[in-house]
Amino acid sequence: MAFVEETYDIVVIGAGHAGCEAALAAARLGLETIIFTVSMDSVAMMPCNPNIGGSSKGHLVREIDALGGQMGINIDKTFIQSKMLNASKGPAVHSLRAQADKVAYSQLMKKTLQDTKHLTMRQAEVTELIVEDKKICGVKTLSGATYHCKAVIICTGTYLKARCLYGDVIEHTGPNGLKAANHLSDSLLSNDIRLLRFKTGTPARIDSKSIDYSKMEIQLGDDPVVPFSFSTNPKDVQINQVPCYLTYTNEKTHEIIRANLDRSPMYSGVIEGTGPRYCPSIEDKVVRFSDKNRHQLFVEPEGLNTNEMYIGGMSSSLPEDVQYEMYRTVPGLENCKIVRNAYAIEYDCIPATQLKLSLEFKNIDGLFAAGQFNGSSGYEEAAAQGLVAGINAALKLLNKKPMILDRSLSYIGVLIDDLVTKETFEPYRMMTSRSEYRLLLRQDNADLRLSKIGYEVGLLPESRYQHVIEKEQQILEEIERVKAVNIGAREEVQVLLEQYSSVPLSNGVKMVDLIRRPELDYDKLAPIDKDRPVLSDEVREQVNINLKYEGYIIRQEKQVKEFKRLESKKIPSDINYNNVNSLRLEARQKLDKLRPDNIGQASRISGVSPADISVLIIYLESYKRGNISHET
Amino acid sequence: MHQADTIAAIATSMNSSGIGIIRISGSDSISIVDSIYKGKKSLLEYESHTINYGHIIDDNGDIVDEVMVVIMKAPRSFTTEDTVEIDCHGGLLVMKKILSLVIKHGARCADPGEFSKRAFLNGRIDLSQAESIMDLISSNSEIAMKNSLKQLSGALQDKINNIRDGILYETAYIESALDDPEHYDLTGYGDLLLEKLNIWILEIEKLISSFSSGQVMKEGINTLILGKPNAGKSSLLNALARRDRAIVTDIAGTTRDTLEEQIIIKGVSLNIIDTAGIRNTDDVVEKIGVDKALNKIEEANLILYVVDSSIHLDENDYAIIDKIKEKKVVILLNKSDLDNKVSETDILEHIDATIVSFSSKSLEGLDRLEDTITSMFFEGSINSNNEIYITNQRQLECLKSAYDSFNNVIESINNCMPEDFLSIDLMDSYISLGRITGQTIEDDLANKIFSEFCMGK
Repeated sequence: MAFVEETYDIVVIGAGHAGCEAALAAARLGLETIIFTVSMDSVAMMPCNPNIGGSSKGHLVREIDALGGQMGINIDKTFIQSKMLNASKGPAVHSLRAQADKVAYSQLMKKTLQDTKHLTMRQAEVTELIVEDKKICGVKTLSGATYHCKAVIICTGTYLKARCLYGDVIEHTGPNGLKAANHLSDSLLSNDIRLLRFKTGTPARIDSKSIDYSKMEIQLGDDPVVPFSFSTNPKDVQINQVPCYLTYTNEKTHEIIRANLDRSPMYSGVIEGTGPRYCPSIEDKVVRFSDKNRHQLFVEPEGLNTNEMYIGGMSSSLPEDVQYEMYRTVPGLENCKIVRNAYAIEYDCIPATQLKLSLEFKNIDGLFAAGQFNGSSGYEEAAAQGLVAGINAALKLLNKKPMILDRSLSYIGVLIDDLVTKETFEPYRMMTSRSEYRLLLRQDNADLRLSKIGYEVGLLPESRYQHVIEKEQQILEEIERVKAVNIGAREEVQVLLEQYSSVPLSNGVKMVDLIRRPELDYDKLAPIDKDRPVLSDEVREQVNINLKYEGYIIRQEKQVKEFKRLESKKIPSDINYNNVNSLRLEARQKLDKLRPDNIGQASRISGVSPADISVLIIYLESYKRGNISHET
Repeated sequence: MHQADTIAAIATSMNSSGIGIIRISGSDSISIVDSIYKGKKSLLEYESHTINYGHIIDDNGDIVDEVMVVIMKAPRSFTTEDTVEIDCHGGLLVMKKILSLVIKHGARCADPGEFSKRAFLNGRIDLSQAESIMDLISSNSEIAMKNSLKQLSGALQDKINNIRDGILYETAYIESALDDPEHYDLTGYGDLLLEKLNIWILEIEKLISSFSSGQVMKEGINTLILGKPNAGKSSLLNALARRDRAIVTDIAGTTRDTLEEQIIIKGVSLNIIDTAGIRNTDDVVEKIGVDKALNKIEEANLILYVVDSSIHLDENDYAIIDKIKEKKVVILLNKSDLDNKVSETDILEHIDATIVSFSSKSLEGLDRLEDTITSMFFEGSINSNNEIYITNQRQLECLKSAYDSFNNVIESINNCMPEDFLSIDLMDSYISLGRITGQTIEDDLANKIFSEFCMGK
């Protein structure tokens, strides 16, 4: 029997949000790429919440876009409602969130992949990695076909040995009843890759015509809508939006849940995987936050061409009959009909500490990993890693240095650094508080932060990069101009101040001082700023933020300098920590296990003290001067 | 790790009260010292490698000490950075005061081994010494950490931990609201936080003043009084305390089974630890006390062993003597009015130690004891745990930086800054306070958010 054999540069396993970005990046950088999916009908599927973005996740999408990724562009074309969260808070925590038409998003992403040069799509289950001398050289599929390649990116999401559970029903499938990937785990284990078992869950989908919306609060989108992608013309996203609805659970709901806890596989011990604490099932919420007499629920449409509504806030693994009973206690859902049951899903993933910052495995050359397989959760977290893994696999084959985004530059950097440096015990979710320098890493300046890198890598088109350079120039010039402007206590100034209930001037002041007043900003002062040039919205926004919060921004920039100093001290990959006698035993073991890339990363490993870092710095200096020999 | 900033330390051993050197290294060292120096002209005007006579003055303009200031400009110094050495001669207290002033004016306490580390990293020290510098850093850091914890009483640690818990909770609340704005609301939150901040600031102020006034310090010679029951240990302690009208303080917050008092004899500070009488015992409660006393031997710089001369030496004495052989010991032969059954030679057969005859009734021999202790100290044969002072300085720095962070939060609230700005300074204060008790932050905040606040889809 003749087997199919083909050769590609890069193989991507899985066509979820990580796989799609990885494959697009690799192919766009000119590498012959093939992407495998268990179903061509579920490319870039959203098996859980029907939205993209949200607090800190919106930042990730913006960063993906600034580097030349796809998620932002495609959601701008398929969203059905959009909101800027935290708009009344500081600019660092503004976060865009869009409701997606799931099917439209999936189809558009599939088409984007299909239309991309150097990219092949294939429906097949990858069952085996072919590794020789710790170097990846191909994969095998269930049919026995062999695909030779120089790099593989694993983006298997929640599909590895997946099983879905509710009540005593166990289905050995991936999400939405899709085929699970049951073979690859064994191949990973036989290549000395350690695995973890994580769990997550999703709420029921309910038929819209069985819902009484009059008992719920309506939630509308923003007007005007702000696009995700820096390349989208804002005019193109001012669409007719669909509403979401807000309702609440109540004591009756909680009673039913409590009475049936023993029928939940989570509580009966059937589920082995570790679930995320930040995304608890409704039964978890009722148990862990027993003092709360209600929990809020968001009822969100799954798309324009479906009646299914997502019941956000009420994921569960309770049996079907209990699900019916509990959903029907909720105002507006009294007569609801369930279209798809809520369920929990368990899957194999890895401790990402086995990866380098480039997302390549430390022990297998050419093998990369991204997305939920790395122990993260969320579409945006997955896409961000996929993009980085795709870029780095391509750069490796092009004999270029990997693209490492550090913590001071991007949320993507924070995400990856956390994943590969810290031991994860539950699916990892992005949060703005995970970023030490969040005043600098805003969603509004992702293009200014990352376009250069995206352009140099070869993903971001020249025209977009040029636009950013011009924008940057205009911002700098305007900031400089404004800093020199003095405002006298003129009549028109006092009138303007009064209009905003701002204290009138007794003497002349700098305009910057007025901008910094909480009730004022750069735009509001336009009438008294005679020489102000005409500038675009995006430039004015940057000028305002940079002037208004200058003190804080300067403080964080100083911290970044110190951070960069440690980050730039590279640790040789062949270092033998057993030679560093003065390190405490715990530190020596941790460092040896995680093998950090640089001193900064080493300092973030739990169990490594500042004194250990000092010792390590001195050791590295000796190493550099060549005194300490390499032998053990 | 902080090569950019300026560090300071007392460079000479703090054993003797004579001349001492305070060393300051880093780019601001000359200007910092200049701000507390009064001489013919400003230190900034002097050449490198000059020795300049002058005075150190405090913030009220009062003279602290008459000093010689040595200036060594980069790269011609041990660390290759701008370095200043202040030679002072006013004794320990003055050295400490000058170090405090230097820190107040912008330097920070050097980490263990930090001067050597800088010298090495800047190419000043030979490679062959790398190993020993690494050992120095790691062993000294361990000692510093132990000191830091040893010095803080349980009550003080609790206080700091309570404030930290409060900070973490509030920050987690803010962050939960930012992360899930449709779930948690921050309306009016600033005022609530202000109330909390005012409480924390009061607490920190109290801590700072108790640290500054030395109430939590236990510096001095750790002196352990040992002896069999009724040998006259407590009488000795009372005699020392009464006779010298010394400063006798209850050390704040110490809750130990042994009694501790601080006494100053002719300018030398002793931490006297009185212990349970030592004898072989089956009584459980008494045994605990005896074990504690024996455990203290290791930490002690000096041991005063009281022997009752009216009773023959017995196996209990020999057991104790065996345990203290390696330490600096003064043996007090407590004479009774009755027959003396123990002579100096009896003791010297078993241990090489200074013996002082003493009467707990007439207080005869007390002068000699005091002379013996002070001369041992000044000759350098006994050490004082002045490391504690340095630890204390570091802890004080941390408290002050937490205090500053709190004030930043208050300022931000008063300026109507959005809440996300508040958590930046809150977390800074959390980190500063954690340094006092040696805690790092790890994933505290994320854990707190997930455990206390209900989030998610």
